[in-house]
Amino acid sequence: MSYSDNTHGEAHHGEHDDHGPAPGLMRWVTTTNHKDIGTLYLWFSLLMFFIGGGMALIIRAELGAPGIQFVDPMFFNSMTTMHAIVMIFGVVMPAFVGLANWMIPMMIGAPDMALPRLNNWSFWIMPFAFTIMLSTLFMDSGGPAGGWTLYPPLVLQMGDSFAFVIFAIHFMGISSVMGSINIVATIFNMRPPGMTLMHMPMFVWTWLITAFLLVATIPVFAGAVTMLLTDRFFDTSFFSAAGGGDPVMFQHIFWFFGHPEVYILILPAFGIVSSIIPTFARKPLFGYDSMVYATASIAFLSFIVWAHHMFTTGMPLAAELFFMFSTMMISVPTGVKVFNWVSTMWRGSMSFETPMLFAIGFVIMFTIGGLSGLMLAITPADIQYHDTYFVVAHFHYVLVPGAIYSLMAATYYWIPKWTGNMYDETLGKWHFWISTIFVNVLFFPMHFVGLAGMPRRIPDYSLQFADWNFVATIGAFGFGFSQLLFVYIIVKCVKGGKKATGEVWEGARGLEWTVDSPAPYHTFETAPVINESTLTR
Amino acid sequence: MRSDVSRWMLLAVFLLALPFGASADWGALNMPVGVTEISKEVYTLHMRIFYICCVIGALVFAVMIYSMYAHRKSKGAVASDFHESTTVEIVWTIVPLIILIAMSIPAAKVLVKMEDFSDSDMTIGVTGYQWRWHYSYLDEGIEFYSQLDREHNAARQEGADIDLEQFGDIYLREVDNPLVVPVGKKIRFLHTAADVIHSWWVPDLSVKKDAIPGFINENWARIDEPGTYRGKCAELCGRDHGFMPIVVIALEQDDYDKWVVEQQSAVEQASLDDDRDWQHQELVATGEKIYQSNCMSCHQKEGQGIPGMFPAIGGSHIATGNIDTHIETVLNGVTESAMQGFSGKLSDAELAAVITYQRNAFGNETGDSVQPSQLKAMRQGQQQTLLTQPQLATDTGVN
Repeated sequence: MSYSDNTHGEAHHGEHDDHGPAPGLMRWVTTTNHKDIGTLYLWFSLLMFFIGGGMALIIRAELGAPGIQFVDPMFFNSMTTMHAIVMIFGVVMPAFVGLANWMIPMMIGAPDMALPRLNNWSFWIMPFAFTIMLSTLFMDSGGPAGGWTLYPPLVLQMGDSFAFVIFAIHFMGISSVMGSINIVATIFNMRPPGMTLMHMPMFVWTWLITAFLLVATIPVFAGAVTMLLTDRFFDTSFFSAAGGGDPVMFQHIFWFFGHPEVYILILPAFGIVSSIIPTFARKPLFGYDSMVYATASIAFLSFIVWAHHMFTTGMPLAAELFFMFSTMMISVPTGVKVFNWVSTMWRGSMSFETPMLFAIGFVIMFTIGGLSGLMLAITPADIQYHDTYFVVAHFHYVLVPGAIYSLMAATYYWIPKWTGNMYDETLGKWHFWISTIFVNVLFFPMHFVGLAGMPRRIPDYSLQFADWNFVATIGAFGFGFSQLLFVYIIVKCVKGGKKATGEVWEGARGLEWTVDSPAPYHTFETAPVINESTLTR
Repeated sequence: MRSDVSRWMLLAVFLLALPFGASADWGALNMPVGVTEISKEVYTLHMRIFYICCVIGALVFAVMIYSMYAHRKSKGAVASDFHESTTVEIVWTIVPLIILIAMSIPAAKVLVKMEDFSDSDMTIGVTGYQWRWHYSYLDEGIEFYSQLDREHNAARQEGADIDLEQFGDIYLREVDNPLVVPVGKKIRFLHTAADVIHSWWVPDLSVKKDAIPGFINENWARIDEPGTYRGKCAELCGRDHGFMPIVVIALEQDDYDKWVVEQQSAVEQASLDDDRDWQHQELVATGEKIYQSNCMSCHQKEGQGIPGMFPAIGGSHIATGNIDTHIETVLNGVTESAMQGFSGKLSDAELAAVITYQRNAFGNETGDSVQPSQLKAMRQGQQQTLLTQPQLATDTGVN
């Protein structure tokens, strides 16, 4: 049904009203409803968050003291590798897709995603892909242990489970590309009259740009891992000098995907924070236009900075200079975003409910991660920082109190709309404060040991790093276990609680707040009227 | 309710921070200044960008915190409605741009200097192996392998009951054969690798360059002060990536020259060892040491291996069967497995010793002795087969 038929839709409105979900388990298997699929994605990523987090705790347990205490170095390597794969492809990406599924149709006033069956398929691929990926840990040759970056020739030393890893990556990629195509199609085709591109909520904008990044880069990654597969099993030599190939070429191809990928992991977070801060500052987002342009500039620049991950591979001087300058440029649009958020808060009327706390936590700690990123851009200094714990600290600051915090903020912000119940505000605040203390105890000391010379991806280290590593391990266990509180709060909210109003938050603006809480199974079967009061700007 | 939680949390932060502030050794905090002109300039760049980041961060956070304090709803703040200002937007695009340009100029200058490999005084080839380094002084004809010190290697094994404190800050940063270089000379390093990518990193020299199989990377350092400088492999290179340290000893020119003469006479001694016959006990004793530094990380201390990954040597059909097969395996490795060939890494005498040890330890009571001369014969036989192939082609007129 194309959206332009909405005049007919209005005529049939009554018929569709009581069209609820199918009963039983099959509802979830066969569903094409964007809200159901969004829910599936979100539960899936929560489950994976604990699997990936468990791996992180194994890593931190081993690093709690010098010497080898718990695991073989080979298994340690496989934990660092799997932790990254699970957290990136199994937690942050699916969680953002889940939010996109739930919120984009409701934010632009569309009845569902443009391609509902494709939507079902793109979710249901994920559990199978991850079952295959995780099953490699139980195979004779062990899981992947060459790092999530899969650099050859090291990755080619892996046993036969390598084929399963590549297969699983292909399926994750197919799922992401299908999900992205769906999001692009929805945003371009399903907006009602009056919802122009420059009137869309920021979250929709950031996801539109993210979806283009995904469609452009995932196939590049698929190509690279396929070349690895043929090098390993069919005697090609794409990445082997002995046959005329080049191992560094893999790194170029990988990071051409990998750098846009890190923006795929953060742009939707920018959108979430840009939705939450205006609500609790009770003031419109400052500089909407420049936010859109900044997001687009970041996306463009993300394609021309990839080799800053490779400053020690022996590139020519001209390339090193180019990638240094282009990388430094990224801090300009990113700075614009941070300044805009701060200006949105300035002279607002702020209250600090849990979503706002997580959003402010995001702005502060993401900025810390961004500033250490600026330090990493200085090539001569990067040669010292590269492959140390300083880098580990940097990207965990942008990913954990960055991307993960935005996901928690989004959960608290929209869960009343999803369930119809308010979450427990006191527990939510405890969750924020405990997480924030421990996440800093966990990641801040990594800056120190990294600068002082501790390489990353090692299971054992010299004694001068022992104290800070012990502190980080305390932080890791504290942060890890405090996430059980998050699950408790979610489950409690799903089961019941104070009833939420349709608007939920006093200062909330946008179409998703014009429907009841919980949102009915079908929303906006008739195109909403777009006017000043239903727009976010 | 809100302020209740916040107050408790602030108290908790204080209590958590107390013991750390009071404790003694938290010295591992910053990048070393280093001992080369480049490393000092890199340190300056690092501190400068760090201070700039601190100032930017402090400004942004100060405005945020003031705003959170002053513009609270609970204090009766009323939201204003401004949401655009082209002037402000232009200012905060241009100002960061100027800061970046100011920062990038000195950075580019240092980078240009780092990439200038010309006019070097000496050249050392550095080859990465899983998991050791090979150094080769191209002009002096000295070459050797350098790997984790045996005592450190024993201490880092799982379940090893060895006190790590005795090693202090050099735990896992000590090698058997350090790289020895003179001070004040521009030393050019040529990096490559034999198996996977490694990365040769010595923080005090501010050098880190990937060693890539099949390619040669350049790098250089001129060390100002004599001393011992320690580093590590920085690129994940497999199971023992964390255990391939680097030690560089910088000596005054006179001391360095003496060291070179010593090394060259040691090479002669080694060739004498290869040419003589050895006693069985002597072979086993030497072989044990070589086993510990070359074989143990995979095949394990008691020769039991790791099931599914690395085969056992105790009771193995290779280590108890035909001697030639055993020699052949150690010499050339096993293709498509982690077992590498040691023909280039160990001398004939060392190979003979370690093979003898393997055939007489871990319950392999074969009583065999392998002599260096057998290794020499085996190598010559192999060279002959290699040499005959082109010969064959010419004979039959294929070329």
